[in-house]
Amino acid sequence: MDNGIIRIKDARKHFGAVQALRGVDLDIAKGEVVLVIGPSGSGKSTLLRCVNRLEHLDSGEIWVEDDCVTSPHANIRKIREEVGMVFQSFNLFPHLSAAQNISLSPLIVLREEREEAQERARALLARVGLADKEHSYPEQLSGGQQQRVAIARALAMRPKIMLFDEPTSALDPEMIKEVLDVMLDLAKDGMTMMVVSHEMGFARAAADRVVFMDEGQIIEAAHPDELFAHPKEERTRRFLDHIL
Amino acid sequence: MSDFLKLGKRKAPSASGSAAPSAPGSFNINVTDGTLIPSTGDRSILSAWNISFFGAIVAIVILPVLSPKPYIDILAVVPSGLAATFGVTLASIVFALMLGLLAGLGRIAKTKPINLIATVYVEVIRGIPLLVQLFYIYYALGPLLHLKGPASAIMAMSICYGAYMGEIFRAGIQSIPKGQMEAALALGMSRTQALWRIILPQTVKVILPPIGNEFIALLKDSSLVSILAVADLLRRGREYASTTFNYLQSFTIVALIYLIMTLFFSRLVGIMETRLRNHGQRHN
Repeated sequence: MDNGIIRIKDARKHFGAVQALRGVDLDIAKGEVVLVIGPSGSGKSTLLRCVNRLEHLDSGEIWVEDDCVTSPHANIRKIREEVGMVFQSFNLFPHLSAAQNISLSPLIVLREEREEAQERARALLARVGLADKEHSYPEQLSGGQQQRVAIARALAMRPKIMLFDEPTSALDPEMIKEVLDVMLDLAKDGMTMMVVSHEMGFARAAADRVVFMDEGQIIEAAHPDELFAHPKEERTRRFLDHIL
Repeated sequence: MSDFLKLGKRKAPSASGSAAPSAPGSFNINVTDGTLIPSTGDRSILSAWNISFFGAIVAIVILPVLSPKPYIDILAVVPSGLAATFGVTLASIVFALMLGLLAGLGRIAKTKPINLIATVYVEVIRGIPLLVQLFYIYYALGPLLHLKGPASAIMAMSICYGAYMGEIFRAGIQSIPKGQMEAALALGMSRTQALWRIILPQTVKVILPPIGNEFIALLKDSSLVSILAVADLLRRGREYASTTFNYLQSFTIVALIYLIMTLFFSRLVGIMETRLRNHGQRHN
């Protein structure tokens, strides 16, 4: 068995006539930070969403540690407890305060004690720099603050892996840094991270590997310094010219 | 959250006070069933609502003063039917909400048989006039069910309005962005947990105005139960009229009382809708 904490084998998926994934293989090691880049429609978000089975693969396998996510017998809820996810549009629960957003899942999924869950919610809010926002509702927070609460909410489940689906794409420019700082902090702590994003600054600072996808396939993957400076493939080069 | 359900309501020729969803996927509550919901911009003293509401109140006060003979008697007798009217209305709305939640959940269920049962229920019930349903349960099924008038009335109204409520619940649940369910699932919640903790609490806010509107429609439709030996407002008026032959006066008072009640509640629903909408806008 490989030693990757996430192992994706020949992942294939289509939406109607569109081939979203055409045979993707990707292993992510424990503690590794992998950035997935590529033009829109390249299948990068789909790939990410298949890891915690928000989307189902047509064929192929995805393993998270010793669990096969794609097996119909998989205990998907158990797997999702270990795989945190952060969405482009935050998806905070608007009827709950920041602290309640964070403590709800530990309370009802992990069945933690109320005190413990609340204490941890406060600690996590402090960690993402929002100690004073405990009682604020999502509508009262800026986009950057909402996304930081969303990260704290995912961390409350003590995940081993964090998935980020374009975490900064919906943010105003001045708010991107505060979110990236939190992510950088996580990366330094040794969190395994799979990030769909075009934040090249983050890639250079934190990524161990950058994976370039196009038309449902991985075109090439390398250390960010290597990939950005010397892309091997013409398609990669053209794409990088657009965004760098 | 400013996405409100659009339930394009059509008043069916039957007395069912019907709500029919317009194009699926468009979410805007369009509260126009039965009564006009006063628009809040309409602040003029001469607004239609003010004219109707205060006009009705003035009429109900002035008529007995001008002509005490039948009106004082009518006003002494007829309002005793209010208890039955409200009793049937409130009991029906409670049961209709429960049935509606079940039907709404059934309509979005992924399990085929459940989905089919819920859809057939909604289709069948919405296709039969409430008056026919009342007759059916009281007379046709009477020998089987052995229900008294009020029980039959509540049962028929609950089953009928449950179908309409079901569509409101369905549309309300579907108006919650998909990301909410995804976020809940990604956190390890079960679908049931996500539904009760995340989706339904948000749905309640969206569906309160159309449900308030169903309540008004139900209040009016409750007059149909006067045919089932339920001593409601309309029946009291009829009883009085048939013994004294004061038909015009009796039914004028009955009509005025219904009008005052429905206008009052429609204003309440209008205020509630505005509040919820303003609150919703702050969400974005």
